[in-house]
Amino acid sequence: MSLLNFDKKLIPLDEWVQAFVDWLVFNHRDIFQAIKTPIELCLKGFEWVFTGLPPVVVILLFVIIAWRYAGKAVAVFTLVTLLLVGYLGLWEDTMITLAMVISSVFFCALAGIPLGIMSGRSDRFELLLRPVLDAMQTIPPFVYLVPVVMLFSIGTVSGILATIVFALPPIVRLTSLGIRQVHPELIEAALAFGATSGQVLRKVQFPLALPSIMAGLNQTLMMALSMVVIAALIGAGGLGNPVVQGLNTLEIGLATIGGLAIVLLAMMLDRITQSFGTK
Amino acid sequence: MSNEVKIEVRNLFKIFGPHPKKALKLLQEGLEKNEIFEKTETTIGVQNASFEINTGEIFVIMGLSGSGKSTMVRMLNRLIEPTAGQVFIDGEDLTAMSTEELVKVRRKKMSMVFQSFALMPHMTVLQNAAFGLEMDGVDKQTREARALQALEQVGLDAWAESRPDELSGGMQQRVGLARGLAVDPDILLMDEAFSALDPLIRTEMQDELLKLQAKAKRTIVFISHDLDEAMRIGDRIAIMEGGRVVQVGTPEEILQNPADDYVRAFFRGVDPTNILSAGDIASDTQVTIPITDGKNPRAALQRLIKNDRDYGYVLDTEGRFKGVVSSDSLRELLDQEEQPQLIPNAYLEGVVTANTADSMQDILPEVANHPWPLPILDDNAQYLGAISKNLFLRTLHRSQPDDLPASETVNDGAQ
Repeated sequence: MSLLNFDKKLIPLDEWVQAFVDWLVFNHRDIFQAIKTPIELCLKGFEWVFTGLPPVVVILLFVIIAWRYAGKAVAVFTLVTLLLVGYLGLWEDTMITLAMVISSVFFCALAGIPLGIMSGRSDRFELLLRPVLDAMQTIPPFVYLVPVVMLFSIGTVSGILATIVFALPPIVRLTSLGIRQVHPELIEAALAFGATSGQVLRKVQFPLALPSIMAGLNQTLMMALSMVVIAALIGAGGLGNPVVQGLNTLEIGLATIGGLAIVLLAMMLDRITQSFGTK
Repeated sequence: MSNEVKIEVRNLFKIFGPHPKKALKLLQEGLEKNEIFEKTETTIGVQNASFEINTGEIFVIMGLSGSGKSTMVRMLNRLIEPTAGQVFIDGEDLTAMSTEELVKVRRKKMSMVFQSFALMPHMTVLQNAAFGLEMDGVDKQTREARALQALEQVGLDAWAESRPDELSGGMQQRVGLARGLAVDPDILLMDEAFSALDPLIRTEMQDELLKLQAKAKRTIVFISHDLDEAMRIGDRIAIMEGGRVVQVGTPEEILQNPADDYVRAFFRGVDPTNILSAGDIASDTQVTIPITDGKNPRAALQRLIKNDRDYGYVLDTEGRFKGVVSSDSLRELLDQEEQPQLIPNAYLEGVVTANTADSMQDILPEVANHPWPLPILDDNAQYLGAISKNLFLRTLHRSQPDDLPASETVNDGAQ
């Protein structure tokens, strides 16, 4: 059976992809460079806030937010975390990571919430979107790191883009879920009182989906933090740097404090953002 | 009540499933519901329904679950799109309206109260009551003032700032009712509005609704599976079975002349003494004796004997009731020496009469206590007929086809 002769490659998909990316890079690199601009602006803004302000102001800012939304215990934990990363000599890296993660989450929310709303309201759209989200969550980041670098060059912005690909699905899925979980009788009631489709979304579906959307935001944030080390491989900087550097030079201590700071930062941001959903 | 038609439903169909048009064709060819389901996997929700609802009446659509009543009410505001047929509201064809026109009708003319209350959990009671007005773009101050008024009507103004989940079921449905009233609609659609409430609260809400209805006449379409509720609040009732409207009429009409066995079965458990009045069952087959014959008791006696009756009902020339005589009392009169022998002298003692509007429950003791049928008069003392023990029992029996004795159900006195 020649049909089942697997010794020879029949579909040279790898070559096609290679050719396609080469073609994109050669002909349309300017478009991709233009895409970078808003991300760069956002990142620079957050970087300016976190690294430009004196550490004491940044620490106070986070402690107050934590106190206000998540209570005293989380506020104390936030204070300890930020002081510790400072004393570990990782303040600058931590602030760059924060700016990067928050920028990533910002763009994820910007794209993910509307996508989630659309897929929550349309079965057909959800059917189309689901395999895309599955792919985004399961493709190992190393697969798209290279084309991202080729198109957007090395640096923090490329790191953010890779992070967005990885961290976008949870907020889309949980927004969609939140919209779908709104009791159909409530939508029926709104329609019976003459609500338009837009009013149903604004007055009923979105407010009731908000806790679920917030849970999605929290998950997206956690996934963005888990990309920090991989992003450092393409020159993103921040807390991934000491880890990567530690790995390369076998400085176990350096890698450990980098990892510790990431974990503490993750816990801090998780506890703070979790409280947004319940408020 | 005026007889102006508010809502007209004309040949309305709703067919759920993959092939509604095909099923509609099969239906018109005369196939049965289950045959169509076998052929097309399509279910018939509502089948060729036509009826009219008058301005200011409470129109109850009653049926068991699956009879299509909830589908029916949702087609009246097009929450469910009809497959075929038309719904006219104030003469305008709702089924032909664009989305914008439909939204306008829903905002201005009608509102709805739901079985599960369907209150917005993220809004306060006041915001919930103001919901319809908010959709209509009424400014915050005006809509909250009107919502508060509506809450006052249902006695919940003190709870305006609470969340719905802080209220009991009955109170939540009052909010649902206030939300419906705040937009001041012509038409109120109530989908099993009180079915989720416990019986005591349900009766209370029914009274509340009747009270509100007495103040401002709205056209209310009330969906119910509870016959007592339908009888209690309905001016007219439509009975649905398997997607078809099998009978439309006043409670009395339906109880007296059920269209088919289904309707009869529905009324089986009903205590007719609550619904039927004396006038509904009075029969005029008794012998009447015009008082012009007053001087001739012998003729009166002849008449009783000829008709094989023991009692005669004496009327004046206007048809007004004067008294009851029996063959015995007439014979006694004829045996007397004194002249002239006048019929009034033969009147039985202790005769009481009942009004046509009296319920069967009211007249039961009178029917039971006297051997003669109870004479029934209208408001002008005109004799309409009489109710014998026999007739009374037959009426009870008719609605108890299983030969059960008529049950003495508790009358809550609301009739």
